[in-house]
Amino acid sequence: MSNLVDIQNLRVSFRQDDGSYNDAVRGVSLSLGREKLGIVGESGSGKSLTGRSLLGVLPPYARITVDRMEFDGIDLTKASGRQRRALRGGRMGMILQDPKFSLNPVMQVGQQIVEAIRIGDRRISGGEARKRAMAMLESVHIREPERVYGLYPHELSGGMGQRVMIAMMLVREPDLLVADEPTSALDVTVRTQVLSIIDELVTRRGMGLILISHDLNLVSRFCDRVLVMYAGHVVEDLVASRLHDATHPYTRGLLACLPTIDGPLEPLPTLNRDASWAAA
Amino acid sequence: MSVVADPIEDPRRALRAARLSEFRTFVRRFLRNPLGVIGLIIVVVLILVAISAPLIATHDPYLPQLAKRLSAPNPEFWFGADELGRDIYSRLVFGSRLTLFIVGLVIVTSAPIGLIIGAISGTYGGWLDRIFMRITDVFLAVPKLLLALAFVAALGPGIVNAALAITLTAWPPYARLARAEAMVVRNSDYVAAARLAGASQFRIIVFHIIPMCLSSVIVRVTFDMAGIILTAAGLGFIGLGAQPPLPEWGAMISTGRKFIFDQWWVPTVPGIAIFVVSLGFNLLGDAVRDLLDPHLRQRR
Repeated sequence: MSNLVDIQNLRVSFRQDDGSYNDAVRGVSLSLGREKLGIVGESGSGKSLTGRSLLGVLPPYARITVDRMEFDGIDLTKASGRQRRALRGGRMGMILQDPKFSLNPVMQVGQQIVEAIRIGDRRISGGEARKRAMAMLESVHIREPERVYGLYPHELSGGMGQRVMIAMMLVREPDLLVADEPTSALDVTVRTQVLSIIDELVTRRGMGLILISHDLNLVSRFCDRVLVMYAGHVVEDLVASRLHDATHPYTRGLLACLPTIDGPLEPLPTLNRDASWAAA
Repeated sequence: MSVVADPIEDPRRALRAARLSEFRTFVRRFLRNPLGVIGLIIVVVLILVAISAPLIATHDPYLPQLAKRLSAPNPEFWFGADELGRDIYSRLVFGSRLTLFIVGLVIVTSAPIGLIIGAISGTYGGWLDRIFMRITDVFLAVPKLLLALAFVAALGPGIVNAALAITLTAWPPYARLARAEAMVVRNSDYVAAARLAGASQFRIIVFHIIPMCLSSVIVRVTFDMAGIILTAAGLGFIGLGAQPPLPEWGAMISTGRKFIFDQWWVPTVPGIAIFVVSLGFNLLGDAVRDLLDPHLRQRR
């Protein structure tokens, strides 16, 4: 089976005040089939940047160099802006962290889903697009799609907002979904619900999923494979079920920081960083 | 059973009721500002007068009655008659149409121009932004009336040309405002989300950025209306705006100024009209800003 995504040696850097470039992502390579891949790591380890550079939505001042970046056989380094835009939304989608900011506050949520449909297919009729938006809202477990369709984002709860966001991104049935910390802004109780919706849709449609998170346990539960990133590197590539057999000291350190319910009543260990991890 | 609409049973009605009450709060907040209400009344009266001008005017505004020239206010000529014996009251009533026409024309041309230029330059940034903003700077650097004067002188006097000239001087502040808003909005997550859904730059600007710039621009527009009236009257006064015999208020003052010591009502009455109307627009603008300005609203 050919890979859906293939990235070799991705580097993303930002210009600093003194004119030198600071690498935020240093040589990440990853490949993804139609599977669920988790990327974990602390803040600033380059997880989101990796996801965004795949979609091609980095800010214009970021400098990207990559040896190879392919999506389903399409060379993204050579694709024009127009081609990449056609890929976005149509064949790959991305869910952002906080639904409060990722939905347009002055547009009804139904309209936003319809807009996503229409970007892909301009010939679709208004009624048809509306019907599809309703069906999509229903498939993300929104109980009264008719009512929710006409609401504005501030009238929704966080969990509902995130489900609308998922609906907006999945309505055109992309092959790849990048979920950038889709549940960090949500309540713990809503978290599993939203994730199980993503899981359900991804499994049913046979999509590839990249789940970016800093929650190790959550990622290991939902994904097939886990990449652990530190300071712009991939330090470890694990099968999710064998997360606890991790060998890299950083992963082990992260795991040790997680409290367990029947663990010893001592303070949790703190992470001791080793400069050699970043250089690796 | 219960009188209160059950939100689960009738969600649509509940939603409509909620929006209605939102609107009521808006109206209540507006009514709490007496000066704003006065401004609104003045503007509404102006619009009504302009609409029903032929009905409420007592004379033909263009018909000279030389025998009665410069008569003082009396039961026949409520505000007196001018140097050709035309009824000042009727000319004032018909002049309100010209005033509204100029204000309307300037606003429907300058606000969209400024909004579009500002939104494009704020969204794209880079060299496009630099070019647009330097052009804006050039327009801002020259005093408004002077620039308008130069344009009218080049285009030839006339009411439409005066409005166009004012437009050319009025758009830069809107462009600045819209650009500032666009620069904030373009980095927001929902614009990123639209981009992730494959939206083109054009679509992002039209559907996601311009609506967010609108409220600031509207507030600014309500403020500028008074300024537009004054500039139009100024151009009329100098003789570059509406041409006689059009009953434009500025032109009326201009022709009447010869009589200010002996027949004071000839220039004074249109002067008062200009004063009252621009005051009304200013008061209304203030009230609208209090209600709509996103920056003030957050402090409440």
